[in-house]
Amino acid sequence: MIAAGALLFSACGSDNNSGGSTQQATGVTCGGKQALKASGSTAQANAITGFVNTFEQTCNGQTVNYTASGSGAGRNEFIGGQTDFAGSDAALKSDEAQKAQARCASPALNLPLVFGPIAIAYNLQGVTDLALDGATAAKIFNGQITTWNDPAIAALNQGKNLPAAPIIVNFRSDDSGTTQNFQTYLNAASNNAYGKPSTQTFNGGVGAGARGSQGVTDATKNTPNSIGYIEASFAQKAQLPAAQIINAGGGSPVALSTDNVAKAIDAVQVTGQGNDLTLDLNSLYKTTTPGAYPIALATYEIVCTKYADPQTGTAVKAFLQTALSPQAQGTLTSGGYVPIPDAFKQRLTTSINSIS
Amino acid sequence: MTPDGDEADPNTVSERTTQRAPSDDPETRDRPSGSATMASVTETKPPSTGSSRTTSGGVGERVFRGLTTGSGLVVVAAIALIGLFLVVQAVPSLLANNANFLTSPDFNTSDAGNLRFGIRDLLAVTLLSSLMALAIAMPIGMGIALFLTQYTPARLARPFSYVIGLLAAVPSIVFGLWGILVLAPAIEPIAQFLQTYLGWFFLFAPGNLPVLTGTIFTGGIVLAIMILPIITATTREVFAQTPRFQIEAAQALGATRWEVIRMAVLPYGRSGFIAASMLGLGRALGETIAVLIVIRTATSPSHLSLFDGGATFASKIAAAASEFSQPLPTGAYIAAGLVLFVLTFVVNALARVVAGGKVNG
Amino acid sequence: MSAALDAPERPAVPATFRNVSTARKVKNQAATVLVTLAFLVALVPLVWLLVSVLIKGVPAIVSADWWTRSLSGVTPDEVRGGVYHAIVGTLVQALIAGIIAVPVGILAAVYLVEYGRGRLAKITSFMVDILSGVPSIVAALFIFALFISIGGLSQSGFLVGLALVLLMLPVVIRNTEEMLQLVPDELREASYALGIPKWKTILRIVLPTALSGTVTGVMLAFARVMGETAPVLVLVGYARAINFNPFEGNQASLPLLIYTELSTNPSAAGQLRIWGGALTLILIVMVFQLAASVISRYSAISK
Repeated sequence: MIAAGALLFSACGSDNNSGGSTQQATGVTCGGKQALKASGSTAQANAITGFVNTFEQTCNGQTVNYTASGSGAGRNEFIGGQTDFAGSDAALKSDEAQKAQARCASPALNLPLVFGPIAIAYNLQGVTDLALDGATAAKIFNGQITTWNDPAIAALNQGKNLPAAPIIVNFRSDDSGTTQNFQTYLNAASNNAYGKPSTQTFNGGVGAGARGSQGVTDATKNTPNSIGYIEASFAQKAQLPAAQIINAGGGSPVALSTDNVAKAIDAVQVTGQGNDLTLDLNSLYKTTTPGAYPIALATYEIVCTKYADPQTGTAVKAFLQTALSPQAQGTLTSGGYVPIPDAFKQRLTTSINSIS
Repeated sequence: MTPDGDEADPNTVSERTTQRAPSDDPETRDRPSGSATMASVTETKPPSTGSSRTTSGGVGERVFRGLTTGSGLVVVAAIALIGLFLVVQAVPSLLANNANFLTSPDFNTSDAGNLRFGIRDLLAVTLLSSLMALAIAMPIGMGIALFLTQYTPARLARPFSYVIGLLAAVPSIVFGLWGILVLAPAIEPIAQFLQTYLGWFFLFAPGNLPVLTGTIFTGGIVLAIMILPIITATTREVFAQTPRFQIEAAQALGATRWEVIRMAVLPYGRSGFIAASMLGLGRALGETIAVLIVIRTATSPSHLSLFDGGATFASKIAAAASEFSQPLPTGAYIAAGLVLFVLTFVVNALARVVAGGKVNG
Repeated sequence: MSAALDAPERPAVPATFRNVSTARKVKNQAATVLVTLAFLVALVPLVWLLVSVLIKGVPAIVSADWWTRSLSGVTPDEVRGGVYHAIVGTLVQALIAGIIAVPVGILAAVYLVEYGRGRLAKITSFMVDILSGVPSIVAALFIFALFISIGGLSQSGFLVGLALVLLMLPVVIRNTEEMLQLVPDELREASYALGIPKWKTILRIVLPTALSGTVTGVMLAFARVMGETAPVLVLVGYARAINFNPFEGNQASLPLLIYTELSTNPSAAGQLRIWGGALTLILIVMVFQLAASVISRYSAISK
């Protein structure tokens, strides 16, 4: 009966969702393998969805199957040759880079293609322009600062009505790249005053965990005097205020906006050699550029310089070219990501064009 | 309740019997639950199906017999394999563990070279939330089963049980969302009240969370709602099978409806009810997504309070499922899964012992 | 309901109950109130839940695209496309589980009722109870350990189906077993008297007699496994496009769709898909439950 039902059912469904906002990209050389396989970071999954939509519109009959199985799994599957490229919240470690080189028979490239700003969202009656610097944020999230009217917070927020209430920290209870990057920021920007390992689990030792960004968002929205870190898109959609950050250069507090994050990305240093664009995350998190918002999750695409099967190389190149096209970049903001600023896009384009 | 209402009872029972008339015979002999009947199944079956005949079937008989026995063995093998492979995958991680697996509250697998994981708090949170769910769901479940079998006319009993069964159709992820977004704020005043006035008792003492929503207390209530249909369904079936002569005997003594229940229905259905509750407990122990969403995690060890946060075995595993890539950290979660497997094994074995026979899942 | 049935008992009852003491009456009334209250208390969360799901989910499922389109090519914040791909995945994965669990389960039940004697039968029956208590996350971990960690396979809908087999089996076995036990022995004996061997008797007489009850059990088993989130979380990747092939690539399912949208999509469109997906899942499970109850009503042997 179910079999019959399933057969009947199969006749009436379709993947055809034409008429959407997705547009055809320009400046892409299509061709190569029809269906690419990739896996990895969940943080960039929505960005990849937008890229794939544009890719399918641009290159007829070509697609990418991206599984959001986690960064670690993504890197492993790429090294194991099960996938054509990986999405990862961290660049390959040196031992992984060697294995990847063996798999590719050429150096593997780390390409930071997707940047997602992280908001420090808070729920504080009557305050919508809270300002924090790296050291203060670090001490809030490791429990050294426990009340909202602590002198350290008050010093950055003169004239604002900070309550004498305890700070309730909301964190992610599930493993995530967001937690890892946020803790890396806290350590970097506070000159290690945070003092906890930057892993995928929250190590701050205070507060209450909630499942996923949505869980942290809901918890922050429903708990007065609470604070948490979430992807910017979640804060925007829930209309939660995000703290303005005083970056390592001092100066005035910087609000979370696409432009301000772009300033930080444009100033970022690269430690990778040649076409490898592994980022020096310290230069992002400790940016001294005036008006740059420093807390962003940088996620990479990990690819081979030269694929054993040239068809695969052509398709990977076409997909990444599509991703950099203005049309694909245009899909990013609605997902809470930041389009790649022009100066950095130049470097990515050079690297991508070197793939074969 | 009017005297008329009291009369409805024998009426209902007799109507039910009329409906069941054709099957009366095998039903009384082969009733699926209850200790007395289990014995009768094993006693009456062999002569009637005739073990002597089974030898005379030829090839077809042997093949069919082999197929059925093989299928039975699949079940035995499945359980054995689950145990075996969980152990095989867990052992390397357990050997690499730098914390005491049984007594450590940590569960730190970020560094594959320095695994530190223990199940103390997972066990505490799992047991507290499940037992609380059981404490709520058992009386309510029994009440519903009595309501459906002893108080509701037969023609209403079916749609009513269907309605309760609907609870089982709600995906657990929805229970989770409802629990944290709707229920948790609604019961916060109750939690506040309990903590203020009964805080001296360890279960209601301040917990390790800075908030009173999304605690084990909230999770226990959500779990109670989720296991209610399981407890109700089985208990209802057992209660409905109370032998008519026992009910009539009680009625003949002039018992009120409650007294009939106490004298005939409850003694008959007690073991079935307890077994059903154990099944519910088993389900609560293993519930994953609802707990993952509802119960918030804490950064300090458990205080054994209902206002603690934390993770259960199942929710801990699910929270890490997106990063199962390296064998050793994954093995740590498989070890936790193994303990959960053993826990549910014990609970279900107990259910069977209590019921004196098999229980419906 | 018939007056005829009431009539013989009526004269006796008032006489008996006139002498009931006040204390007993009060107890009786209290019990009635408590028991009724228990039922009503259970209805509160049920109604509360269902109303929430309906209010938030109905706007999603009324569009025709919801039932016939996937989310392929739809950006996360666009209110377009549908969950056809997830319905397909849910049914395909349940179907795989059914193809394996139904025959094995029915045969195992036949073994327990018709052939099983002695130690092995006791152990088997015990293990069925244990299996019915195995949490879905443990079943998923087992399949993960066996096929992914050791076997080196990648995630797929097929593996989800295998995990669901473990959850379906005990439901199928227990329901079939119950039905087989209800088949009157007279039927078996009549068949034996005609010289028909036991296996043919079981296949031609016993199983057909118990068929509708067995089908009910199968329907309930499907209803039980389709809402499971834990196995899909561990064993398969989410896909936004239709995939009928459970052996290759990612495959969506309704629980996975809900979980994914919940995890990654804060937009209004995401909320709509979460609650629409939940409502769709409840409707599908209800169809199976209803089918089970309708079939059991036409059962050849009443339960």
